[in-house]
This record gives sequence, C-alpha cells and structure tokens, in this order.
Amino acid sequence: MKRLLVSTTILAFSAATVASAQMTAVGDGEGQVDIVAWPGYVERGETDAAFDWVTRFEEATGCKVNVKTANTSDEMVALMNEGGFDLVTASGDASLRLVAGKRVQAINTDLIPSWANVDDRLKDASWFTVDGVHYGVPYQWGPNVLMYNTEVFPEAPTSWAVVFEPMDLPDGKPNKGRVQAYDGPIHIADAAQYLMAHKPELGITSPYELNEDQYKAALDLLRQQRELVSRYWHDAFIQMDDFKNEGVVASGSWPFQVNLLKSEGLPISSTIPEEGATGWADTTMMHVDAAHPNCAYKWMEHTLSSNLQSDLSVWFGSNPVTPASCTDGSGAQTAEGCTANGMDDFEKIRFWTTPVANCAQGEGACVPYYRWVSDYIGVIGGR
Amino acid sequence: MTGTAAHPARGPGDRLTGLFWRRPKLLTALLIAPPLLWLGVVYVGSLVALLIQSFYSIDRFSGIVVKEFTLRTYAELLIPSNFDVIVRTVTMAAAVTLASVVVAFPVAFFAARHAKGRWKAVFYLGIMLPLWSSYLVKVYAWKLILAKEGIVTWAAEGIGAGNLLNAVLALPVIGGNSLSTSYIGTFLVFLYVWLPYMILPMQASLERVPTSMLEASADLGAGGWRTFRSVILPLALPGVIAGSIFTFSLTLGDYIIPQIIGSSRFFIGQTVYSLQGTAGNIPLAAAFAVVPIAIMLVYLTVARKMGAFDAL
Repeated sequence: MKRLLVSTTILAFSAATVASAQMTAVGDGEGQVDIVAWPGYVERGETDAAFDWVTRFEEATGCKVNVKTANTSDEMVALMNEGGFDLVTASGDASLRLVAGKRVQAINTDLIPSWANVDDRLKDASWFTVDGVHYGVPYQWGPNVLMYNTEVFPEAPTSWAVVFEPMDLPDGKPNKGRVQAYDGPIHIADAAQYLMAHKPELGITSPYELNEDQYKAALDLLRQQRELVSRYWHDAFIQMDDFKNEGVVASGSWPFQVNLLKSEGLPISSTIPEEGATGWADTTMMHVDAAHPNCAYKWMEHTLSSNLQSDLSVWFGSNPVTPASCTDGSGAQTAEGCTANGMDDFEKIRFWTTPVANCAQGEGACVPYYRWVSDYIGVIGGR
Repeated sequence: MTGTAAHPARGPGDRLTGLFWRRPKLLTALLIAPPLLWLGVVYVGSLVALLIQSFYSIDRFSGIVVKEFTLRTYAELLIPSNFDVIVRTVTMAAAVTLASVVVAFPVAFFAARHAKGRWKAVFYLGIMLPLWSSYLVKVYAWKLILAKEGIVTWAAEGIGAGNLLNAVLALPVIGGNSLSTSYIGTFLVFLYVWLPYMILPMQASLERVPTSMLEASADLGAGGWRTFRSVILPLALPGVIAGSIFTFSLTLGDYIIPQIIGSSRFFIGQTVYSLQGTAGNIPLAAAFAVVPIAIMLVYLTVARKMGAFDAL
C-alpha cells in the first residue's frame, strides 16, 4: 500500500501541482491565526504552566493564536464548513471528508522548511494525501493500546484474546466482568483486526473495509464479548475510575489513561499485542478560504520545528510526527516516553478511517459506517 | 418656555405612545412577537424539521439520505435491536416514576401536613439542595458510591449482607457485576436525581387538601387507611400526576446517566446521539426522537383529563 502510494505520488506530482492553487511564498503575518482543535491540543500554559507551545510562537511571529475547541470530528467538519477559521487538527474520519468537500487547500510543503523532518512513514499517508497532493501537515498520532493491571498480569498479555474470548486470567479467576471495551462503533474494527489474525479464512485485509460475511463474523465476536463486559467505556476518566473501583483489569485504551494511572502509582501498564492495534492520526489542515494564510503557514512550520511535538506528546500520551522530537530535548519527551506511547509500533497500527460502502473490495461491497452504528447499539443491547 | 407650556414639544417617545394609544393592537402584536417567533420558529419549527427528517430514509448501500417520504424508517424502529431500546427506556421511565411516587409521598405528606415553621423551611431546603449542585457531579458521585469497591458494597459486607447484595446482583436482566454496572444502579440514580421534581408538586397538592375534609372523614368513622384512600389520594392525584410528568419525561430523554452508570445498553437519548453525526443516519435518529414526543403527548392528554395541570 505504502509503495503504491509513493509511486503514484511521483506520477501525480507534476500534474497535480498545476491544478491546485497552492501558495508560492509566505509573506508577513496577518496578526492572527484561527485554529479549530481537539481539547488539550493547543496549550498556552494556562492549564499547566509546563505545557506551552503557543506563547513563543506569538512572540516570534506576531500572529495571535485563537483556538476554538471541538469535541467530535463532526463538529470540526461543521465548523470548517461554516468558515472563518484558518486551520483544523482533523482526525482520519474527518480529513478526507474535508478534502472531498473542498473545504481545505493543498499545502505547498516547500514553504514549510521542517517538512523534511516529518516521519517518512507519515509523509504520504492516505488520510491527507489525495492523488499525490498534500492537504495538510501531520500533527500527532497515537495507538489504541491494551491497558492491563500488572498485579493480575505479571507479564504483558500477548493477544487481544483476553478481552474477546472467555478465559481464566493469570490470577486464576475468569475474565468475565473484569474486561472492558470501547462503546463507539469503531470498536467493530478492533474485532475485525483480531479476526484478521485468528480467522484468516475470512480474508479481511483492512479492519475498516468489511464485506457482509466479514462484518457478520466481527459482530459475532462482539456478541461473545458482550457476555464478558459489564460496562463499555466512553469517557477516559470513567474508564480510569473503573480500573480503580470496579475491578476492571484489562481493556483497550489510550496511552493518555495509561500514563495518568501510572503517574498515580497504580499497577497499570499497556502493550500492543501480536495482532496489532488500531490508532488515530491527526493532520493540521488549512481552510480553502483562510483569511490569514501567512500566519497559518508559519503555524504549520511551528508545529514541526518547536517544542510542540515533544511536549504535546507528553501532555496527550501521543507520538510526535517528527521522530527527532523524541530525543532532541526540544521538550520534555524522551526516547522511553515515545516507546511507551507506541512510537516503535507504527507498522502494527491500522489508522482509523471512516468505513464507506465503496471500498477496495468493490463498489458497494463494504458495510458503511451508519450500519456499524445501529448494529453496535444492538450488540451492546444483547442482540 | 412661554408657548410650550400649553403644547409641549412632542418627542419621538410621545409620538410612539400616541400611536400605541390609537392602535392598541399594534402594541400587543409587538409585545408578543418575540415569544411567538421563539415558539413558532425556533421551537415548533425545529420540531417540524425533525418530523420531516423522520419520514426520509437512508439508502442501504451508499448511506446517503433519500429525501422521499416513506414510512420505512419508522418500520426500522420495530426491528428487535431498536425496539429493545424503546422498551428499555419506557420501562425504566415507568419504574422510576412509580418508585418516585412511593418514596416521595411520605416525604411530601410530612412536609405538607406535619412540618411547621422552621421545620418546613428545613424540608424545603433539604429537597431543593440537591438541585443546586451540578447534575454531573451527583451522577459521578453515585458512580463511586455504587462501585464494586465502593461504600455500598463495603457497608453491605460490614453488616453481613454481602451475600444478599450478591444475590440481588445475580438476578437476571436487572443484575450485573456490581451495582454501578447494572440496571439497578441506573434506576437508583434516576430515582435520586428526579425525586425532587416529584416531591414538590406532590407537596403543593397535599397542602391544598382541606383539613376539614379529613375531620369529616374521621367523624364519619373512617380509619387512617380509609381516609388516605378515599380522601387524600384522590385530592392529591393531580399533584402526583404533575410530578410523574417530570420524572417520566426526564427519564425518557436522559442520555447521560445510562452512559455513566449501568450496563452500557443504549437508551433512546444515547441512540439519537450516536445515529447522527458521522453515522449520518439522521432519519432514524429523528424517528427515535419522535418516540418520546409521541409517548409524552399521550401521557399529557391523559394527565390533563385527570386534572394534573390544576396543581401547577
């Protein structure tokens, strides 16, 4: 897939650059830049003085940073459709919608000197690169890890089976009622990924592109999981509470919860099992009618060249898109920290995209997302 | 100053007053226009938009909304997994309402008929106090109270009732791994959160039951139970029904409590929330949203017949 992308990139490059209206030079700043971002993504030291990657940018460029936080990808798309913003930190389920809706513009990477430092594994990623044209700059990424209690698991579990199959855990007690799963329909992809490894005869190639048979198998696995799960998790803080007070010992989770629970001294650790994991990757994208394009370009450069990548990855439990940020001391992140957040497991991670009917298996061959939603409601309800 | 004493210069304010005096209907129209716009456009308008959406359907293959009127989306409400959601929500709302009546009645009765002076103030305060703190804080607090390693389990084990608690949790359907992951927990929190809305109207209607009627009942030889059944309850019924409108409709529409406490099984509110957005299944979300409206319309019609709104 990656090789294919690179070759098409080279092919498309000459043609595509002509078609798209990219900027050709970055001039003086316009005095401000308006960003739509996930909560906690653009910090100026107000939540915690140690986490500030805005103040110095404002001082250096004279571009005041205005942030509008959005809690869901839908909200982000809606805000960008509305207009009045320059940039958005779009996730994989929003980025292609924004490109298809022509709400974001192609980025001239030549104007972003630090583009060269971007992780080669991300430079042409399919969630923001269309026909070889880049519609943004990678911002940050992270895996959905398997969080577990180290008192129950002296050694890290090697398979997601602990949350999917009824079994006795190493402490001799059954896993029923002691494991959790995410309550969002995208968890169907985690089940599909488990089946990729354990039922190869289904022929699943991507957990986000499932035909009817593969989809049905994934739902059956989730019905089995329903028997084991007392409560699905939705909110990061509720999940942490369940690990503390409900006797939950294993669940899919984010490094965010793992790091916080560890920092409280609880016997918690995380792993990416042999089947791999799902994950998310966010991209800074620029509105097609951005009112402050120069400041926007300056910000994109800033996201790659400052303490932002390093400190944000500590703050959020995510990974920098510039690998050097793990070790160059630009912020508080360390090589160990990056490893804990999944930096070395990139190849094992299948990044979240919105399931659509027209997929690699053919036109209308895959089950679209809206059915994932209604069927997952049924599964959780015991159907 | 001389000539103006008889005919003072008329400012725009005076002219406006004159206009309103000559055309009183204009003033009325201007005064009711903002609330009318609010009700007509914002409130009824959005409801109508919702209703229209629910008659659209989603194309099964492309996932695109087909803007042609059909009842297919409503038929989808009847497939088992969706119908479960409706039954689950309505059952919970009914259970919460009945339990609130039972719990609230003695409290309201005492506050209305026995508490005097300062005690009455204490009662009002006690009932209202929980309403002053954030709903979310209360729900999160209850999550901790009901947790497997929380205070209820701890206390039950302390007094030797641990087995009883486990027996209750072992019940099919309503049981679970712990109180906070079972329907019992969801029910308890709903009951706690909506109880004041039952007590207050109930108390108002109980206060209006004339003491003379109770005396008359006693004079005619009725015992306490008979007086309660034949005099107090019928007279207080409008208040009970008014309270039940609150508890029933609030439970029907809530989507936060079942998400934090319970077995994660979806209620109507949560279902609506997850069907819109990325899923893009607006028609089904709208159809689901119409369900509580329909139920409440029926409920309110019955309640009005029973005189519930006289107590408000």
